[in-house]
Formats: sequence, C-alpha cells, structure tokens
Amino acid sequence: MRVGENLNQALHGLLGDDPSVYVLGEDLLDPYGGAFKITRGLSARFPGRVLTTPLSEGAIVGAASGLALAGDKAIVEIMFGDFAALAFDQIVNFASKSVSMYGHRVPMPMVIRCPSGGNRGYGPTHSQNLQKHFVGVPGLSLFEMSPFHDNRAVLDRMLASARPCLLFEDKVLYTRGMYEVDDLFAWELAGDVAVVRPDLPAAGADYALIAPGGVAHRAVAAMRWLLLEHDLAGTLYVPSQLYPFDVSGLLPALGAAGLVCVAEDGSAGGTWGSHVAAELHTRLWGSLKRPVRLVSSADGVIPTAPHLERDVVLQDTTIRRAVLEALHG
Amino acid sequence: MNRLTDEDLALLLLIRLFERKLLALFERGALNGTTHTCLGQEYVPVSLRPLLRADDWVFSNHRGHGHYLARFDDPDGLLAEIMGRKGAVCDGVGGSQHLKRDRYLSTGVQGQSLPVATGVALNLKRTAPGALACVYVGDGTWGEGAVYEALNLAQLWRLPLLVVVEHNGIAQSTPTELQMAGSVAGRAAAFGIGHRRVEGWDVADIRQQLAPLVEHVRTEPAPLVVEFATHRLGPHSKGDDTRPADRRGKDWYAAYRAAHPGQAARIEAAAGERVDRIAEEVAARPPSTWTAT
Repeated sequence: MRVGENLNQALHGLLGDDPSVYVLGEDLLDPYGGAFKITRGLSARFPGRVLTTPLSEGAIVGAASGLALAGDKAIVEIMFGDFAALAFDQIVNFASKSVSMYGHRVPMPMVIRCPSGGNRGYGPTHSQNLQKHFVGVPGLSLFEMSPFHDNRAVLDRMLASARPCLLFEDKVLYTRGMYEVDDLFAWELAGDVAVVRPDLPAAGADYALIAPGGVAHRAVAAMRWLLLEHDLAGTLYVPSQLYPFDVSGLLPALGAAGLVCVAEDGSAGGTWGSHVAAELHTRLWGSLKRPVRLVSSADGVIPTAPHLERDVVLQDTTIRRAVLEALHG
Repeated sequence: MNRLTDEDLALLLLIRLFERKLLALFERGALNGTTHTCLGQEYVPVSLRPLLRADDWVFSNHRGHGHYLARFDDPDGLLAEIMGRKGAVCDGVGGSQHLKRDRYLSTGVQGQSLPVATGVALNLKRTAPGALACVYVGDGTWGEGAVYEALNLAQLWRLPLLVVVEHNGIAQSTPTELQMAGSVAGRAAAFGIGHRRVEGWDVADIRQQLAPLVEHVRTEPAPLVVEFATHRLGPHSKGDDTRPADRRGKDWYAAYRAAHPGQAARIEAAAGERVDRIAEEVAARPPSTWTAT
C-alpha cells in the first residue's frame, strides 16, 4: 500500500467511526477527490461532512475552529501547504490561542493538512516546507507524515490532543510504499519515533540522523551509500510529532553516536532543525562528540526547472556529504 | 423616543456607567493595558437581547463590554477580568477583548471571528436547527478579507449567521469616507445576502423591525447583515479621540433623559451606586490566578 492510500483509508475510517468529524478543503469532491487524491471517495460516502470550499484558506481554517468550538472535529486540507500562509492569522491568532487565552482550556480538535515539499517541479510557491514558520506557537502542535507511522493512529492522536495540529505531508511520499524501507535496513517504532538502522547486530552508532518523515527516504538512501561505500553504519530517527518535540528518550543513543545530524527539507535559517540542535547542545553538552550538524534545503526560493530545483532542495547527496564532512573533515 | 422599561434602561445605564468607570479608572492609573468603550452604542446589544436565545452563539469584538453585559448580568466578572482580579471571567488572561463564557466569545483581531462563527453556524444548522450565530463587527472590520470569505461561505451553505454591524462612522481615527468604498449594503448585496439598515435608537422600534428578520434567519437559514447607524461618543481606546467635541455624534441618553427625566434620574442613580460598589469591591480582591496554562 502507498502512503497516500494509507492516509485516504485513515480519513475514511475516521469519518466512518466518528460522526462529529468534518473534512473541509478545496476541490475535494468526487470524482476529483482533491489535488493529490487523498480525499478520494470521501464525499460520496459522507456527503454532509465532506465539504468542498471556495478558495478561502483563512475562512476554511476559521470555520474549522468554529466547528471545533461547537463540539465537532475538523480536518482541513490546504491544497498546497504553501497556502497555509493565507490562514496564518486563523492558525496562530485564533485556533492556537483559543486553547488557553480564555483562562480555562478550550478543546480545539482540528487538523490542518499541508501537502508540502519539492522535487515535483511545482516551483517557488508550491513546493515549500513551512514548518519553521509554525515552530514555537503556543497551543499549536506540528506533525509530519512518515512511511512508518500509520496515519489513522496519527490523526486519532492529533484530535485527541484537543489542540490544533498541522500535519505536513511530503507530496513525493504519497506515492511511496507504506512501511517499506531499504533491504539493508530494519525499522521499529520506539514510542513516537521510528528508528531505522542497518539490519545487522549492534550496528548504527557511527552517526545518528534525525529527520522528519518526508526526508526519510532520502536519509535512508544516504545511509545505504555511507554503509556500502564508507562502511559507516548510522541510525535514523523519524519522529511523527515535530513540535513540541521531546528529545529525552533519544538522549542516550544520541550522546553515544559519533555524530548527530538533523536533516530537514525546509529552507535554511531559523529552522526546526536548529531548534532541535539547540536543545541537543544544551542537554548533551559534554557527551556530544562534535557539534550537531544541520542539513536543509538551501536558503533560496525553489526553482521550477528540475536541474535548478535539485540544487536547492535537500537531496540524499546533501545528507551523505554532510555526514562525511562532519566525520572526516 | 418611546419610554423604555425600567429593566432595559437599567441595563443601558449599567453599560454606560461601567464604561465611564473604566475610563475614570484608567485616568487614575488603576487599569492596565488598554480598553475600548462602547459609549453611545449601548442600545445595540440591549435591543438585540430579547431577540437572541440561550442556545445562540454570540461573537464579540474589541468593543465588546456592552455585548457581554447584555448577555450576562456580570459586571463584577467583567471588571475583574479587565483588572486581573479574582473572579475574572477568563482568569485575567484574555482581558477586555478576549472573553469566552458558554456560547459567548470575543477576539481582538478584526474580521477573525466571522469565519469562526460560520463554522459554528454550520454545526448549529445540523445539530440545533433554529439556533444562530450572531457576530458583532464594526465599519472598520469591512476592510478585512476574512469578512468576504466568510460571507461567501455562509451564503453558499445557507448558514444561520446574523452579522451585526455597528457602523459608528469611525474606524479608530479614520472616518468611513477614508476607509470604505461603496457601502455595507452594496457589499452584502454582492453576495445576495439580506441587509437591513437600522437608524435611530428607539429600542422598541428596533426590536419590532428586527424580530421577524432574525426569526427568518432561524427558520430559513441564511446570513443576514443588520447595520446599525450608530455613534461612538468616546475615544477609540482611551484619551485618543482627535475629533472635535461637536463631531462625536449624538447621544441617545441625552435625548432620552430630556424626554423622561424622572425615570432616568432614578435609574441612573441606582446604576451609579451599583457600579461604584462593584468597582470598589473588585479592586479590593486579590490578583486572579491562571490555573490552566
């Protein structure tokens, strides 16, 4: 099964199990079923609760907040995650703040799905990862879709938190296999974090990679090359929840690794990775072998032409270069 | 102006004197931050009060003390909220412009509440037919794109949404003619949404005009825009009124007091005593505690 199908089935299941769930977004009615087909089949089965909307991201998220306030649960599809910027006020100044600004806790069960990322040739305004703009907003949680985390479980968890959540979904990931990983590697879930390491006993301490789900395949490709070409065995950690991100459970392993590298897809500067690195530097000062290495896409717009886009967007080669450079200088 | 019941006049004057008290407390340095008073506009929520039901939602804005007091007879809780004292409606976190109590909610960002009210109205249409979401906005709010996105959705989906515009002719310091092309009526018409302009401040007359329209929102769900031509007598917040004194609009209360001096004096005295007593009592309370961060 592909990751996109897993997400589609998760939405079917959720709507079927919980009559208070709504799905709102642009162009999500059948037979179109959403720009990336993630909502396919939903409107036919749940016509009153799967609503296609005008091009009004602010109003869609605002309406989702209203549903949540009134006791429903809402899932919003932002067609391209870039357009979440059009809903910034509703996300940051209303939905997130409502959780606590009225003195008592106000449940706001809502999920804003953001198809994100490049490597598809969609150009500067349809390819971004906007995570960094939403890191550190009180009341707001950030999640990222991954090939290892069942989307139904993630959706249930987000709604149960009763806080507004953004779910970043790498668009390339939709068509990749669910739960599949390179044949040289094995993975398991340790709480919220998927841990991927070489399928060999006691291997994987040469370096540690931390990456959101959308980067997982590029990270594993880099790990394969490092293993085969340089005999470097690393471990990859893929959290489902990006923010707030509790690193406590990872500290022993990260402290023992030869290098910790955080790889992310957003543009460089003020990133989620730098937030994680700051936390690790503080918590692991004294046991880290070297500074945490950050890898991301370049500090630039994402070009449309494939050869130009490749130079800007994080690739597996970016990750493997960074690891080699940090370990071998 | 028709004679008001004692109850209506008492509520109107409670709001008036509450707001005056806030400005006085500010001048004395007894209040923190900012506040926006609704002096001159008190009759808007008081007129609507019997037309709204307990299962309706009310969304208020930055100038919302009158809206709150017309919904809840709770000047103590509101003042405690504004002063950050024990018994505050929202533990002193929200302050003057971020209140939530039951189905009443206010926010401090212009236009933000309309899409939210649209979502609530979507819920009501399905779960509580007959109930509506009422949203107070000002004339300045119509500069925000969120208003139009929400009106479009509400009309498309035929949602029970009552938009009450307190058109006081001035957005903070900017007169309407410098901030609005066209009119509120024209903008409502563009969406095929019903619009009623309310002139004057005769509470009984306003209720009579609006009762069938509000009822219609309940029985044949669709948004309705009710635009009150009103007057903001006081500053935008505090001490920031740049208008000459003779350009601040007409005061319903001056007119009413001239017509009904005996009743006005009696009820104003009682309301004044109540507000003074509350102000003293609330000021003496310990600071509020925020338990649920």
